[in-house]
Amino acid sequence: MFENLRLAFRGIWTHKLRSFLTMLGIIIGIASIIAIVSTIEGTNQRIKENLIGAGSNTVSVILCQDDYPIDTNYMEIPDGVPMVTDSTLEEIRDFDEVMSASRYTERMVYDGVYYKETTMEGGYVRGVEMDYFSTANLAVKEGRLFTDDDLKKFRKVCVIDEETCAGLLGNEDPLGKVLEIGGDAYTIVGVITPRNTFTPDINSVDDYYTFTQPESGTVYIPLCDWPISYRYDVPENVLVRAASTDDMTAAGKKSADQLNSYIHAREYGVGYQAQDLLEQAQQMQELANSTNKMLIWIAGISLLVGGIGVMNIMLVSVTERTAEIGLKKAIGARKSKVMGQFLTEAAVLTSLGGVIGVASGIGLAKVISIVANIPVAISWPATVVSVVFSTIIGIVFGILPSRKAANLNPIDALRTN
Amino acid sequence: MIVKLDNIYKVYGESGTDTSVPALNDVSLTVDRGEYVAIMGPSGSGKSTLMNVIGCLDKPTSGTYYFEDKDVLKLKDRQMSDLRLHSIGFVFQSFYLMNEENAIENVALPLSYAGVPKKERERRAIEVLTKVGLADRVKFRPDQLSGGQKQRVAIARALVNNPKVLLADEPTGALDQKSGAAIMDLFQQLNDEGTTIIMITHDSNIASHAKKIYKIVDGQLFSGTDEQGVE
Repeated sequence: MFENLRLAFRGIWTHKLRSFLTMLGIIIGIASIIAIVSTIEGTNQRIKENLIGAGSNTVSVILCQDDYPIDTNYMEIPDGVPMVTDSTLEEIRDFDEVMSASRYTERMVYDGVYYKETTMEGGYVRGVEMDYFSTANLAVKEGRLFTDDDLKKFRKVCVIDEETCAGLLGNEDPLGKVLEIGGDAYTIVGVITPRNTFTPDINSVDDYYTFTQPESGTVYIPLCDWPISYRYDVPENVLVRAASTDDMTAAGKKSADQLNSYIHAREYGVGYQAQDLLEQAQQMQELANSTNKMLIWIAGISLLVGGIGVMNIMLVSVTERTAEIGLKKAIGARKSKVMGQFLTEAAVLTSLGGVIGVASGIGLAKVISIVANIPVAISWPATVVSVVFSTIIGIVFGILPSRKAANLNPIDALRTN
Repeated sequence: MIVKLDNIYKVYGESGTDTSVPALNDVSLTVDRGEYVAIMGPSGSGKSTLMNVIGCLDKPTSGTYYFEDKDVLKLKDRQMSDLRLHSIGFVFQSFYLMNEENAIENVALPLSYAGVPKKERERRAIEVLTKVGLADRVKFRPDQLSGGQKQRVAIARALVNNPKVLLADEPTGALDQKSGAAIMDLFQQLNDEGTTIIMITHDSNIASHAKKIYKIVDGQLFSGTDEQGVE
């Protein structure tokens, strides 16, 4: 075995150019696969990292009709949907996957939120309870959050986020200023900011969509003030914070199921659905992955072509080395020895091609990441699998030439020289 | 006795048809331990076929062939390989050395097939190379050696597994007069030391070095003392 390896390396080194050209198909195939897999890995890792930071593992469980969130500007709460009670919330908090949960109401802002002459454009008004901010992992940047006293006395106070602050008040000090919300005057008591200082990398429209939509321009008022400024019978949603990123989907789904169990008249397509960032991201990933899987198939075809190239050159090599094979058989090499030698040579050739291919693939991935600004992550399992796979290609496509060599008749083989 | 052929026929093509060519015709030959035998004949006489049969490279069409106690006609492919490996040393006209390998590696090749460990292979290769007079050339590759030296490497390779028979096919055919004579001296020396040699040649001068000469004409073997069928 060791002897065969030595002979194989010597043979490859003796015919450097030919060996390289033979390996080229394998090199290109493996390099493309490594580059593609690295890009997939990179994108997946980036999406996951960003989710952990951006979403704080929170899932909004929202009342929907026919898969679309109920827009409280136009729609009434459907029949048969009860308010979210304290006991329901407790049931949700009892799930293993759930760290905390808080109910809220929400309304998209088209009009009706003003500061002096400035109108708030887009964004949301949310009616929230005390524990909302900790569940959403929001921290006070200036001023304060709501107090028990605020809620008890139905004070018209509000907390705004930084986007709203910049949009409505510009550079003014927001604390103590008054916003008109739904016709009532609310005093700004605080400005909130996401607790972590994570800034997502925005590389595509999809990224932008993922990161900007949920938290842009929101004004928070006490939930108890909601019926005063808006309608009484608006659906209540629940914000759920999952125990970990991997639990997000389960936490969202279980919470939605729990809420739905109290709804009558489910037949109208009304029900709670988890607006799961993780699930959205996974769908994005799946889309990207299915495209990339096609690419892997194409790269696989180039590997196949590479393997046929190896077989072709090995056949030529067997013909060229007829005398050598004849001699070896004449002096007592068994068929299996000759077969082993040529199989080893083919396997070493393609494995070497695989190793060079992996190296080029990593290089290619780095170039792609710089040129196209796509994140890459080298997948070590993929590199190992690639090298092993190229060895297998060598053995598979080496069988035919090796058999040809092993079955040579030594008399004929020696006579040809 | 080592080699015993009785009534050997070798027919190429389908026997009995018009296209069949008899290459060996009722050949019987016995070679004893320590003998030095030459088989002489012009090209096309069947001497290569005879050499292939003796060397267990080819099976005769009919007859019996015993190599020591082994019935060669009954051996399987792989047993023939093993017999060649352990019992027969081949020397060819055109050496058949591996050009990328040095003398030691060339000589050690049969040992590697026999499963001898690397250190031991090297030691024995050097030992045999010394025996054939190449002690100072052991690391040389074939393209750095003269024709006569190359044939010595080939002889060393044939001897390295301590074969029962050294089978030489035109061993001096590719060499000049002087190197050829030196190889004959080496054969003489090896035979004196007890090596059994069967040599096949068309050259009567070379054949004359052997102690026993056979002639082969049109597939029939004659003892050297028979005048029948020669020239």
